[in-house]
Amino acid sequence: MQIAIRKLDQITIIDVSGDIDLSTSPDLRKVLLHEMRELKVPRVVANLTSVRYVDSSGVASLLEGLKASRDMKSRFIMYGLNAKVTQVLQLSKLLNIFEICENEEQALKP
Amino acid sequence: MRRDGFLLRIELRSNPEVLCVVRSALARLAELLGFSDSDSHLVILAVDEALTNIIRHAYKGERERCIEVTLRILPKASDSPSHRILEIVLLDDGLPVDAKRLRPRPLKEVPIDELKPGGLGLHFIRKNMDKVEFRRQDGRNLLRLTKALPLAESH
Repeated sequence: MQIAIRKLDQITIIDVSGDIDLSTSPDLRKVLLHEMRELKVPRVVANLTSVRYVDSSGVASLLEGLKASRDMKSRFIMYGLNAKVTQVLQLSKLLNIFEICENEEQALKP
Repeated sequence: MRRDGFLLRIELRSNPEVLCVVRSALARLAELLGFSDSDSHLVILAVDEALTNIIRHAYKGERERCIEVTLRILPKASDSPSHRILEIVLLDDGLPVDAKRLRPRPLKEVPIDELKPGGLGLHFIRKNMDKVEFRRQDGRNLLRLTKALPLAESH
């Protein structure tokens, strides 16, 4: 899994690629929590366009991001979910809990 | 792939970094067996979660322990008269699993503050596979997963 970070005004975009599984999800978790809790960024956007696979530890990391955003009263948005990632969130009954956009443009709208 | 019997055995070390290798192998095998993309993903997810549980709980995160995954095709049987069955058996010699923890529990939609992702992996395994059986055998944990194969096209 690779993570790249882009900073806009008041927004951080985290470009994630590869598989989010037991070996890689801790890194994603760290990045999400750093942006939200330490840097207190008002909007964190996760670009999952190049993510091929997410397992339950990946879901847990995303969920921790969501909880952190609620604690910090910030926004956590995801976009670019492919069919597999959507299926995993559906199986977890968490699809409706996350803020999910179709694309980056929508995710960045004020 | 029309023969019944043994297909593939993978022996791996309990290192999370090689989970992707097992997933790739399963993806190709599922394709050969005629599973749809969606069903293939369900099987891969279930096995991946089972391996994750072994690494985390049976082996407490140790990376040098052994896990064995054996895949077989079982012939049509009385409880599956129209489908052959993909059987996946996972063996580890880690801490004995408390079978009570494996009992199915409904995944309710709970308020986010109360959500604990711990049971999610087990939920995926039970939901995605047809049968999930656990037992102890010769001092090892044995997890047996089965899934009906898609009906074969006639050649």
